[in-house]
Amino acid sequence: MKTLVCISKAPDTTSKIAFTNNNTEFDTNGIQFIVNPYDEWYALVRALELKEAKGEGNVTIITVGKEDNDPIIRKALAIGADEAVRIDAEPTDALFVAKQIANYAKENDFDSVFAGKETIDYNGSQVAGMIAELLDWPYISLATKLEMDGDTATIERDIKGGSEAVEVSGHFVLSAAKGMAEQRIPNMRGIMAARKKPLNVVEPVEASKHTEIKNYELPPAKGDVKLVDPENVQELVDLLHNDAKVI
Amino acid sequence: MSVLIFADNQDGKIIKSSLEAAAYGSKIAKEMGTEAIALTFGNIEGDGGLGSRGVSKVLVDSSIDALDSARLSKLVTKAAEDNGADIIIFSHDHTGKLVAPRVAAKLDCGIVTGAVEMPDMSDGFMVKKNVFSGKAIANISITSDKKVITLLPNSIQAEVTDATAEVESYSADTGEPTVKVKEVEKMDSEDGIPLPEAELVVSAGRGLKGPENWGMIEELADSIGAATACSRPVADMDWRPHHEHVGQTGVTIRPNLYIAIGISGAIQHLAGVNGSKTIVVINTDPEAPFFKAADYGIVGDAFDVVPKLTEAFKKFNADN
Repeated sequence: MKTLVCISKAPDTTSKIAFTNNNTEFDTNGIQFIVNPYDEWYALVRALELKEAKGEGNVTIITVGKEDNDPIIRKALAIGADEAVRIDAEPTDALFVAKQIANYAKENDFDSVFAGKETIDYNGSQVAGMIAELLDWPYISLATKLEMDGDTATIERDIKGGSEAVEVSGHFVLSAAKGMAEQRIPNMRGIMAARKKPLNVVEPVEASKHTEIKNYELPPAKGDVKLVDPENVQELVDLLHNDAKVI
Repeated sequence: MSVLIFADNQDGKIIKSSLEAAAYGSKIAKEMGTEAIALTFGNIEGDGGLGSRGVSKVLVDSSIDALDSARLSKLVTKAAEDNGADIIIFSHDHTGKLVAPRVAAKLDCGIVTGAVEMPDMSDGFMVKKNVFSGKAIANISITSDKKVITLLPNSIQAEVTDATAEVESYSADTGEPTVKVKEVEKMDSEDGIPLPEAELVVSAGRGLKGPENWGMIEELADSIGAATACSRPVADMDWRPHHEHVGQTGVTIRPNLYIAIGISGAIQHLAGVNGSKTIVVINTDPEAPFFKAADYGIVGDAFDVVPKLTEAFKKFNADN
């Protein structure tokens, strides 16, 4: 089985978010970039586990971005991916990104495409579904479990008010959520091996962009907390009812 | 011209997040001087309440009975074409995340997911959405003629009228099923308020010391009809199921009231809850960072404060 795993560069979860250039650009100053956790912990690790269980197959990671993505690509290779592809373009529009990845998956005969359920920066949940549509493959979102039997996949996914198990045959695209796998810390051997693994830089295909981020805002600052005496919880109930009007 | 709203249903009823999407789509339609049409699948009772949110017509396809993204995206795009809809609205819920991106790709158009406000149509078409897990907001312009938007649950206050919508059966060629549903597991429907839709949420963290102490948290939640949630360490230690984990890598929620008990308020946790309208923090440590993000706080021991608060809520319910 040939699996293509989409990874994205994202600011570390502890990052303080700020903007520059009249609030039109994300301020990367002092930001530590990581592999988007959903892509790394769940999508990539599960793809590797399935390959290891079968004793054969290929796991290729793909990202759309410029060379500042190379450190996170090496990290994903250190975790165990066989090779990497970087489509050399700025990933500013989800459909543009999806078209690049769908095109690569098709031209290189991949069996399935995995991604995390969303990135922790733009929180889009868009690219994986778009890839599925562009390839005309089944799409399973918010997958929490995946088992393969030949070319049949049994996938558990979160749905409104619960979860369900579905079966798909042949090609598929999934977005992975918590539960799919456990985070893997790369070891020294993996880090050394990652340096020698192939990283293919590919020119983008022509695709238009239909969205543009005009600017950013920070949420309004919260006022000071109003403290209530633990001996007088009735005051809190009154505040919630009369002032906040939430009960 | 029209605005098409994809509405999801459960047990014959249109779900809350879809009713919000319907109200949102209807408001856009009104601003554009056109009508709002809803599309759902399976079976619904009457118009499912969609008329009261401003929808004039509800299309129901009863041939699709599974969450099959390939078929549903074909259904939505065909209904949009048949009704001249250039704007398609989903909720940013489980089903919206499954289907909306496929629809945008099929139509080769721009999409914004997780919108939090009405679009600004005064100059182009600008949509506001939360980014960086709620730590910032982005204004995104959609430049294509056709547009897809998913609305973040609990973002707008829906206006409800007495109107009803006409219901029509609708079908499209959606091809063969691409997924086979083997088994469905619904969460306890007894106390089952789905967390992302809950208006009131009671959440607890490591300060509770062990899973055996959750009884008082559930009692507190029950006293006001709230859903329960937890912090990441609590889910990781299997004290609580992972679907209760709110935070940057868990569920993002924006209830009207979020009560956090024994949670210090790490930045990753705040990212999942800072859209809440009112935040109450109960913690023994006055230096807990969560107090900085809270509207109301009690510095005190959960084991002392929570039972007292439960009693006070019960009394409030009895009096009101």
